[in-house]
Amino acid sequence: MGLANDQIETVADSRDKDTFLQGVKDCVPTLLGYLSIGFAAGVIERTAGLSIAEIALMSLILYAGSAQFIAAGMMVASSSITTIIITIFFVNLRHLLLSAALAPYFRHLSPLRNMLVGSLLTDESFGVAINEAAKKNYISEKWMHGLNITAYLNWCAANIAGAFLGQWISNPERLGLDFALTAMFIGLLVLSMLSRKKIARDVVVAIIAVVIAVGASSVLSSSMGVIVATIFASTIGMVMEKWK
Amino acid sequence: MEVRWDVFLIIVGTAIVTFIPRVLPLMVLSRFQLPEWATKWLSYVPISVMAALVAQEIFKNGENISFSTNHVELLAAIPTFFIAIKTRSLLVTVLAGIIVVMVLRFLFPA
Repeated sequence: MGLANDQIETVADSRDKDTFLQGVKDCVPTLLGYLSIGFAAGVIERTAGLSIAEIALMSLILYAGSAQFIAAGMMVASSSITTIIITIFFVNLRHLLLSAALAPYFRHLSPLRNMLVGSLLTDESFGVAINEAAKKNYISEKWMHGLNITAYLNWCAANIAGAFLGQWISNPERLGLDFALTAMFIGLLVLSMLSRKKIARDVVVAIIAVVIAVGASSVLSSSMGVIVATIFASTIGMVMEKWK
Repeated sequence: MEVRWDVFLIIVGTAIVTFIPRVLPLMVLSRFQLPEWATKWLSYVPISVMAALVAQEIFKNGENISFSTNHVELLAAIPTFFIAIKTRSLLVTVLAGIIVVMVLRFLFPA
């Protein structure tokens, strides 16, 4: 029994070393990304006609870069509330995978504490956390909160700063700022393809998605086109993988 | 400094549909596992949705898709892709994309 206790204490000790503060430190390499994209998002949201209060609320409770860009863009195009919400649902559905991949490391926690871990999950914080898991075989809850909360506060600050500056930028198109969103999608697309070993199949799926998105948009609204393209192309990807 | 009612609905609605996929697997997967086909389907969602959004952004002209009017973004997408593949950095990709578009719009004003 003494031995078992010792082992439990050793594990607990090493987990305690991964403090909240260490999580804060491990977040630092990603901060420049949050700051610049958050800033660009703030400018775009402001020039899309959102008030500072609306932008603050959005970054505080939605907290998702691509979703905030898209919501702002769709509001300018005066899409319906339902279409915007459905589009954002699909854009953020990828979090299911990130959350599922982290689940094994937090099995010992209650559902409520797991909810707190997941509520601030982003592509970047997932990337840092899964690297940590690969190195140590576990993820400390406190460390995860340090990582998540640092990223969250930086994103909100950058977003609101961008919103204030956006008031003074009359023509964000001239500065190429509207392309920040497209470039981010290109980056996320390339990064998610390179991180898997299914390049050929992924390229086929991506091309099908592009063709359907363009084709469907001549019949439906372009945001409905994205939803239809996502469902079809993902299904084709899944079927191709089953055939193999 | 006000929050309009329709904007409030959009923010709360999008926040809810974002929150659920973030927390649900962490909360329930300790009890049961997703079926294999669902995991496979989900693994293609990021690629499909991003590719569709890139196409929409590059070809769109207001709410409609057009091939004739958006030469600058179409042109800028090509170096942006190469930079993303080469650097594997989201930040560098975004910054480079912005600069390419800024230069192209300066050279070819609409």
